Amino acid sequence: MRHLQPCGCRFLWGKRNTMTTDLDCNNLTKRFGDTTAVRDVSFSVQQGSFFSILGPSGCGKTTIMRMVAGFLEPTSGDIRIKGKSMLNVPPNKRPVNMVFQHLALFPMMNIADNIGYGLRRAGMAKPDIARKVGEVLERIGLPGIEHRKIDELSGGQKQRVAIARCMVLEPDVLLLDEPLGALDLKLREHMKIELKALQAAFDTTFVYITHDQSEALVMSDQIAVMNGGVFEQVGAARDLYYRPDTAFVAGFVGDSNRWRGTVEQAEGERIALRTAEGLLITSATQGRGLVLGQGAEIFLRPEAIRVAHDAADLAQFDNRVSGVVSSLLFNGAASRILVRDEVGEEIEVTLPQSGEFANLTKGAPVHIGWAGDQTTCFADRG
Amino acid sequence: MRNQARLGFYLLLTPLLLWLILLIVIPHIDMALLSLRERVGVGKYATSMANYGTFFGEPLYMWTFLRTAMMSVLATLITLIIAFPVSYYIAKMARGRTQSALFLLCLVPFWVSELVRTFGWMILLRETGLFSTLLQWAGLVDGPVEMLYNDAAMMVGLVYTSMLFMVVPLVTTLESLDDAVIEAGYDLGGSGFSVLREIVIPHAMPGIVSGSIVVFMLSLGNYLTPTMLGGKDSLWFTELIYSQFIVRFNWELGAAFGFMLLILSSVIVWGTLRLTGQTLEKTMG
Repeated sequence: MRHLQPCGCRFLWGKRNTMTTDLDCNNLTKRFGDTTAVRDVSFSVQQGSFFSILGPSGCGKTTIMRMVAGFLEPTSGDIRIKGKSMLNVPPNKRPVNMVFQHLALFPMMNIADNIGYGLRRAGMAKPDIARKVGEVLERIGLPGIEHRKIDELSGGQKQRVAIARCMVLEPDVLLLDEPLGALDLKLREHMKIELKALQAAFDTTFVYITHDQSEALVMSDQIAVMNGGVFEQVGAARDLYYRPDTAFVAGFVGDSNRWRGTVEQAEGERIALRTAEGLLITSATQGRGLVLGQGAEIFLRPEAIRVAHDAADLAQFDNRVSGVVSSLLFNGAASRILVRDEVGEEIEVTLPQSGEFANLTKGAPVHIGWAGDQTTCFADRG
Repeated sequence: MRNQARLGFYLLLTPLLLWLILLIVIPHIDMALLSLRERVGVGKYATSMANYGTFFGEPLYMWTFLRTAMMSVLATLITLIIAFPVSYYIAKMARGRTQSALFLLCLVPFWVSELVRTFGWMILLRETGLFSTLLQWAGLVDGPVEMLYNDAAMMVGLVYTSMLFMVVPLVTTLESLDDAVIEAGYDLGGSGFSVLREIVIPHAMPGIVSGSIVVFMLSLGNYLTPTMLGGKDSLWFTELIYSQFIVRFNWELGAAFGFMLLILSSVIVWGTLRLTGQTLEKTMG
């Protein structure tokens, strides 16, 4: 299956699969002067799927997108859309369209002219354009707004018009460059669901880039986590969340308690690590071959930890810590507490939603525990 | 607090009002009265339209009037055609220091006076000038060539003088066009030409119109360039006004000419605005 090369993190994913791919990037590299923005990235996107590239700003995800759209030429490597190489094909001749970060709707045109722009360029007859524009507006749930101006629309409506403007051209691949970034939180949550529904309705391959992990996790079929110009891991949201391949992925996707420690005991698959503060944590190696005395990074999800009033309730866990509540972080269903243990380490713990601990106060003694399988360890790099 | 704000408002308004009333309203009222006055005898005047009658009755005046208008329109068009790519390059393609350096280069000619600048063209274009000498040296012509004192030389001078006034509004409007909008045009299948026609030019329209209005008015009211670079056949309407006021001492007719020029420029500017669907508020705001 997937494998990670120690040097450059190259993924050979999708080849095992006989399903048709819409977009294939092979050994894509882009250098700007001395800096390498994208280093030897290969991936394939299956037809009709929602593929996200998730990474912090400056990781090279925009560069990949601009290369696919045709605004940048790769330094080396190949981009294939439906099997055809796109090298030296100008952006206006590629079967891909892009939804820009700030949408880039044409302010000098009304909605119908915006959506009809690409069709006019393709030389379609006027009545056909009007019919197609009407149809696509129907599909995005905004019928009859042809003659409105761009600035008369709300943020969410603009979003849908920007997608319609691309979809009316029936592209093989639709690229989306953080299109939800400019929206407020409520609308963003709503648009996530809507985008996913639109993608299913149009049955087109979406390639979505974002730095917002929840956007990627909610919408995508496949996610590539990118950092420093390379793909750290490609997989479904669940894989990235529960089985991260690298320390970066473990830290970037979702929240984690994070420690640095050294391996103190090693017995086959089980190891025990001592953190800098002195907390002893047992863990499974998950085949990562950690040896005695080696430095490691330890990740533990707050929701993997069980809270109890009585230490006896946690007997089944191999990690048990007693401490006091040092902070209450109330956030409705996602409420958490910070527990300070005897050695002074602070551990973030998600409270169960049963309301059993709703009356917990600051300074109250609690017991926490978790199974060794829930911690993820990575050997220190370098 | 309110009173203070009001006082500040009037204090700021005063210079503007003074400027408007003293330099524009009063002289123009005087000019209007002057143009409607006819000298019937020594020191005797009567109110009549006779000066305007003279203007419409004399073919030279009418001819010069129309020629000046046509040439100014042409100068505006040439300036626009040259300034547009220059502005596009400065606003959209040049980056950082290059951008400001190029912008400054457009400004540099305006550090010397218009007179000296025009003399510069004379040095280049006259019979014993640089171009003539170069052409002879290259063996392309046998004798010295006179390139001054014709319509082409005058047009070069007019375009050169007006360049900055076209570039500044164009750069400003083009800079406000988001690069992503241009890219979206290409992404959706547009060619360079269609992106220019459907996206860049409509966006730049307020800049194009305001630049054109300024350049047109400057050309129409220019006196120095047509006088120095234009020949005997390239009579400019401002030269007629000058000669009526200063040479012939016929202020009445000069005032009438001045009013005709004002009406002409107003009509052409109004017509252009109507034609392009722009408003003065939109282009100047």
